[in-house]
Amino acid sequence: MRAFTPAEATALASRHPEIFTGSLRRRLAGWLIGGGIALYLVFAWWFFSVGAIFANANWGIASAYMADWVSYEVRPDIELGEDHLEISFPRFSPLGDNPDPDWLTRKTAVVAISAKTDGAASSAAGAGSGFMGAIEPAPPEGGSTGFLGPLGGNEAAVSTLPPADAPSRREEAVVEASVAFGEEKSLRILPGIVRATRGGETITFEIEGERVEAHGPLPDWVSQSEPGAKAILYFGVGGSAEVQTDEVRIRRRFLGWENFFFDTRSPFFGRPADEVISLILFGERLRPETSNATLAWSNFLNNSEWQHGDVWLKLLQTIVMAFVGTVLASLLAFPLAFAAARNIYPSRAANFLLKRFFDFLRSVDMLIWALFFTRAFGPGPLAGISAIFVTDTGTFGKLYSEALENIDDKQREGVRSVGAAPSAVQRYGVLPQVLPVFLSQSLYFWESNTRSATIIGAVGAGGIGLKLWEAMRTNSDWENVAYMVLLILLVVFVFDNISSMLRRRLTGTQVTPAH
Amino acid sequence: MSVTSQGPVLSSAGQTIERHWQALAVRRRLYTIGGLILMVVAMGGSMWFANESNAGKFFDRLPYFFDFIGQLIPRDGTEIWRALFDLPSPYDDGSLKYNYPEGRVYLTESVYIPEYFYKMLETINIALVSTLIGFGLGFVLCFLAAANLTTRRWLRFFVRRFMELLRAFPEIVIAGFFLAVLSLGAVPAIIAVAIHTVGALGKMFFEVVENADMRAEEGLRAAGANWIERVWFGIVPQVLPNFLSYALLRLEINVRASTIIGAVGGGGIGESLRLSISQAHEAKTLAIILLLFCTVMAVDQYSAWLRRRIVGNQSFEFGRGA
Repeated sequence: MRAFTPAEATALASRHPEIFTGSLRRRLAGWLIGGGIALYLVFAWWFFSVGAIFANANWGIASAYMADWVSYEVRPDIELGEDHLEISFPRFSPLGDNPDPDWLTRKTAVVAISAKTDGAASSAAGAGSGFMGAIEPAPPEGGSTGFLGPLGGNEAAVSTLPPADAPSRREEAVVEASVAFGEEKSLRILPGIVRATRGGETITFEIEGERVEAHGPLPDWVSQSEPGAKAILYFGVGGSAEVQTDEVRIRRRFLGWENFFFDTRSPFFGRPADEVISLILFGERLRPETSNATLAWSNFLNNSEWQHGDVWLKLLQTIVMAFVGTVLASLLAFPLAFAAARNIYPSRAANFLLKRFFDFLRSVDMLIWALFFTRAFGPGPLAGISAIFVTDTGTFGKLYSEALENIDDKQREGVRSVGAAPSAVQRYGVLPQVLPVFLSQSLYFWESNTRSATIIGAVGAGGIGLKLWEAMRTNSDWENVAYMVLLILLVVFVFDNISSMLRRRLTGTQVTPAH
Repeated sequence: MSVTSQGPVLSSAGQTIERHWQALAVRRRLYTIGGLILMVVAMGGSMWFANESNAGKFFDRLPYFFDFIGQLIPRDGTEIWRALFDLPSPYDDGSLKYNYPEGRVYLTESVYIPEYFYKMLETINIALVSTLIGFGLGFVLCFLAAANLTTRRWLRFFVRRFMELLRAFPEIVIAGFFLAVLSLGAVPAIIAVAIHTVGALGKMFFEVVENADMRAEEGLRAAGANWIERVWFGIVPQVLPNFLSYALLRLEINVRASTIIGAVGGGGIGESLRLSISQAHEAKTLAIILLLFCTVMAVDQYSAWLRRRIVGNQSFEFGRGA
């Protein structure tokens, strides 16, 4: 084989310049379009002031919200008294009333609590957790002291304390608490002294009046805006803690969804799974009036944190909205499409008017219809059904009539030629050709309406969309959002598969009609 | 037309066929009737459930159904134009209902864009930017999901599931999340719509790529081109017209989607519409609906025309090139 030399290539190119260079316009077109898009994106950057928005964004909040999807925080506050500590949990703590978690160990001793310090401590507590409602009193210690070692040493240490000026009473109180944040991450709190350990590093803070003084240089997992100000200690995924002059606020984070099955008010709360199952199956009645199974089921459905019953009801509403809306729209669009198709109903005026009517229904958006029907029927699935029904009547009318206009005429002529009545011509000449297409399109829209029903729900049409929106607006229930999203994804996945299976069986191939 | 009663006497083989056909017909009829009954029951149950769990009951609310139309009639017909173009209203009493000129967006001292046109422009830009972003990312991802270009099964599987997730993840949650982080405005809407678009376009694109003619790619492979060169010179020229056509279709859908996201806090015309409907400002509502209707129509028509041109050009060029 002869080699193709560069000289020949040049000669070839000079003989047929139109092939190798193309017109200037064509060569420039790509660059022009690319440049135009780049310019447009710059314009959009300016128009939406994207830079400023990203600069002002609260990324710290973003990571906290993301973490909330799959984890939860327990937030005890530890008040620093003069010679003892007071541990309090917020009222709606996920650990229930009087929690005694094993990551928070306490040492107790009998101390003299002067009335003055006591009063100061509780007033500080009141200020610290005012928005949470009344504070829980620190639980009396009993069982947890056992494994903390001998109490005698502590008592001896405490008894050397100078007696307070004010009239005092001797009482058993917490004198030391330690919080475990995971492997080699812990916080040890004594009155006036906080010692944090992470990895091999240890830092000690001492409370001196209104100042939080760090001893030694700050490791990079501790932030303090200025010496003496409150210090924030980060323990990675385990949580964080904030050392203030009068208290230490703990944010202990755990992976998972807290109290997913039973909330803290349920008698099943806090029991391990096997115990719950055996209670339900064989156990004695916890409440004399109902069986354990009924009680467990109703406690589960009415779980105040997760609201399973309500979420499922709302999800069902969304599914129903999509289903009923799509079916009704198909039923109405079916006869209308016959009247709108040029080759079926030979009246130009009727064809034109019906097609413009379909366009109108489609173009006034689903959102607008949803807002209107919400005003007419009140929030709920009826508004969603009506919105989907009206919009999709337009869509189906258009798609169906286009399918009808594309049918093969021979079949119809054949039926007509044997003298069939007009209705029989439609039934045997037209319908067998279009019915699979119609059904396949309806199924496709059923599936996509399940998705859109979620969105129009949020503007007031009810269903899971509204519930999602409410959960997101509080900005504290992101784990509920994650739960609902999972449910939605599951439903969409199941319906996707049902619909594509039915469509494959109907048409033999996968048809994805354009919107 | 009783033709069958006097049918010819069938041979034994014919009778077997006849019998089988009868059995088949009976079974089909049974399936049809069963399916219909199931459908009616499901519909009845669903409608009952929808009515029960709604705030207002269907038949109680039906007499009031047209009330909202009554509430939509403005003081006079020209009010709509005044609301649309931000002209001062003769009924202006200082309330929000008639304060049309206050929404003007001044470009210079005297030239202004009426409020709703500006908002509509914002919505269209949201749709356009998110379609462009979705097109770019979907373009990159689709080749990795196509069976004829990516031989590694795990990569294909991963990319496909990823796009499915993007597609099915509720837009409203993405919007809500970024609204919380970035505060109210158009950027959360862009992110939400764009993420959905990546998934939706990616799926369409990789189906197109899988149907592409592989001979050009084989030629390039024989000449020793690497993967990127093969894709860029062998596949992209074939599929680009279809890609553009799908992207235009997506643009139509995204104009609607960004209106809806706007109504839940993403800015643009959707927000204005929701506010004016909830506050019963009839002239403003009608003006917005009119504007929205015309815009959606115009975008649909223009995109349909463009798509016909692009896909038509493709076949035209194939003929010339051969």
